[in-house]
Amino acid sequence: MATSIRILNGTVRGKLYWRRTLEGYLFISPWIIGFAVFTAGALLGSFGISLTEWSIIGDRYWVGAGNYVKLVQDQFFWKSLKVTFLYLLNVPMNLVLGLLLALLLNQKIQGLGLFRTVFFLPSVTAGVAVSLLWLWIFNPRFGVINVLLSKVGIQGPMWLGSETWAMPALIIMSIWGVGGSMLIYLAALQGIPTALYEAATIDGASHLRKFVYITIPMISPVLLLNLIIGVIGSFQVFTQAFIMTRGGPNYATLFYVLYLYQHAFQWYNMGYASALAWILFVVILVCTFLILKMSRDWVYYED
Amino acid sequence: MTVQGATAHHAVPERNWGPILHKVFVYTCLLVGMVVIMIPFFWMITTSLKKSGTEFTFPIEWLPNPPRWKNYVDGWTVLPFNRWALNSVRISALAIVGSVLSSAIVGFGFGRIRFPGRDALFLLVLATMMLPFPSVIVPLFLLFKRIGWIDTILPLTVPTFFGANAFFIFLLRQFFRTLPLDLDDAARVDGCNTFHVFLRICLPLIRPALGIIFVFSFMHNWNDFLGPLIFLSHTTKYTLALGLRYFQSQYRVEWALMMAVSLIILTPNIVLFFLAQKYYIQGIVVSGVKG
Repeated sequence: MATSIRILNGTVRGKLYWRRTLEGYLFISPWIIGFAVFTAGALLGSFGISLTEWSIIGDRYWVGAGNYVKLVQDQFFWKSLKVTFLYLLNVPMNLVLGLLLALLLNQKIQGLGLFRTVFFLPSVTAGVAVSLLWLWIFNPRFGVINVLLSKVGIQGPMWLGSETWAMPALIIMSIWGVGGSMLIYLAALQGIPTALYEAATIDGASHLRKFVYITIPMISPVLLLNLIIGVIGSFQVFTQAFIMTRGGPNYATLFYVLYLYQHAFQWYNMGYASALAWILFVVILVCTFLILKMSRDWVYYED
Repeated sequence: MTVQGATAHHAVPERNWGPILHKVFVYTCLLVGMVVIMIPFFWMITTSLKKSGTEFTFPIEWLPNPPRWKNYVDGWTVLPFNRWALNSVRISALAIVGSVLSSAIVGFGFGRIRFPGRDALFLLVLATMMLPFPSVIVPLFLLFKRIGWIDTILPLTVPTFFGANAFFIFLLRQFFRTLPLDLDDAARVDGCNTFHVFLRICLPLIRPALGIIFVFSFMHNWNDFLGPLIFLSHTTKYTLALGLRYFQSQYRVEWALMMAVSLIILTPNIVLFFLAQKYYIQGIVVSGVKG
């Protein structure tokens, strides 16, 4: 009666095999329903809507690829893409800084727990409250950054009020959350067998060589993970832009999702917004695919 | 002994001084980093204790004297934050229940039952982790509008019962897979059916993982802004995030009050982090290293 699963899957496709199949699908059925409605259904619906012109109050007109044609000619679409790609600069900065912090913590130091907690603390905060905090931090006259800068004789920029400095300000804000990636690196570093370093030391390898030939390859899967998390997250920036800059000044922080939101929920261009949504989906898909494809050259898997 | 991962690039001048200089270098970096990270928190607290108007006076009052603790009460009561907190608690609580239930059931299905099509479907789960929520907000909004769910908590909670967060499913599946398979077989010999194996045998063993889902799910829903912004419109239905945005629109320059309320809203995040630090760090580590 109680046959093990392994045998079942092998040769005999008896009653138990079908029973197991039924049970398997029963267990995952909540996800199947959710996927069909909220993911696949929604994506297909979004594509259908993107082929229409639909302001929520008025009628719906079939326009075919019209929205996509309009999109290519829409200077704000290109601007928002440019803004979002510019913001991607935060990803390599977070990767490097997170790794440096993790390397510092991954030594025999006193107070490791305290440091780790403090560095990670910003990552547990999020949302409107944090955006308001940084809006106040970046206040050109009374914000803490410019007050401290003035103490050392530097007149700080207008930050969020300046077309040049608004984006660097948002990137600085994102770097505050570097603790999340730091923690992932730290776990990976602690998983590297010490024997590797010991063998390298016997062979007379320098610190730098050990770092390049042992540390980096061993943590490369985690580097890849942090890279993908960072890129996907950066494409979805919304709250900061909505609360802190409203896309300004002069569209310098018109993030893609903010622009999408404006079309959908301020101007009620459901069709056009759906076209924007599809492009976002495709862009993220392509970027992730490219990263994964290129990762084969530099990510090292042990098994 | 090798110092694992040591990478300080400074030149080592002399044998005896090297390790000491290295230590000094490491601690200096860490301490500077710690101070920089703490400045925003410090700024938030010190601002929240200032008398209204003194946010804009020089010299800057680093330690407001006397500290105005009353700001916390004033900020909270000037708008219906109590009601908004209740809304947030209700949404977060339901979303947590939904996430824990659905990801445990689905994770068990993917992790411990062998059935045809499982691996292909699981790839699909992984793929949806990449799907940006903003790319489906339009159809979801139209769907929920048509079935009359706008301005209710349903759009924010019901999807969680259907495995809306693929990452949670992935996480629990990983945990279920670490349990030995003999466990199931033994239970079956004793006459347990699959559901009993799930509920009585496996689920209690992955309780720490459920803790991870609890913490992550709370953080996500408590701080969520885009979802409530789209699905809720009447001020009585607002969550804390929407309420805080409303506060900003009404009292644009009242930074002391705004920082006080923001701090109250972030307090559950910080308290939960300290209470459940173990789950937190484990969750991040598991997703990073096993993923």
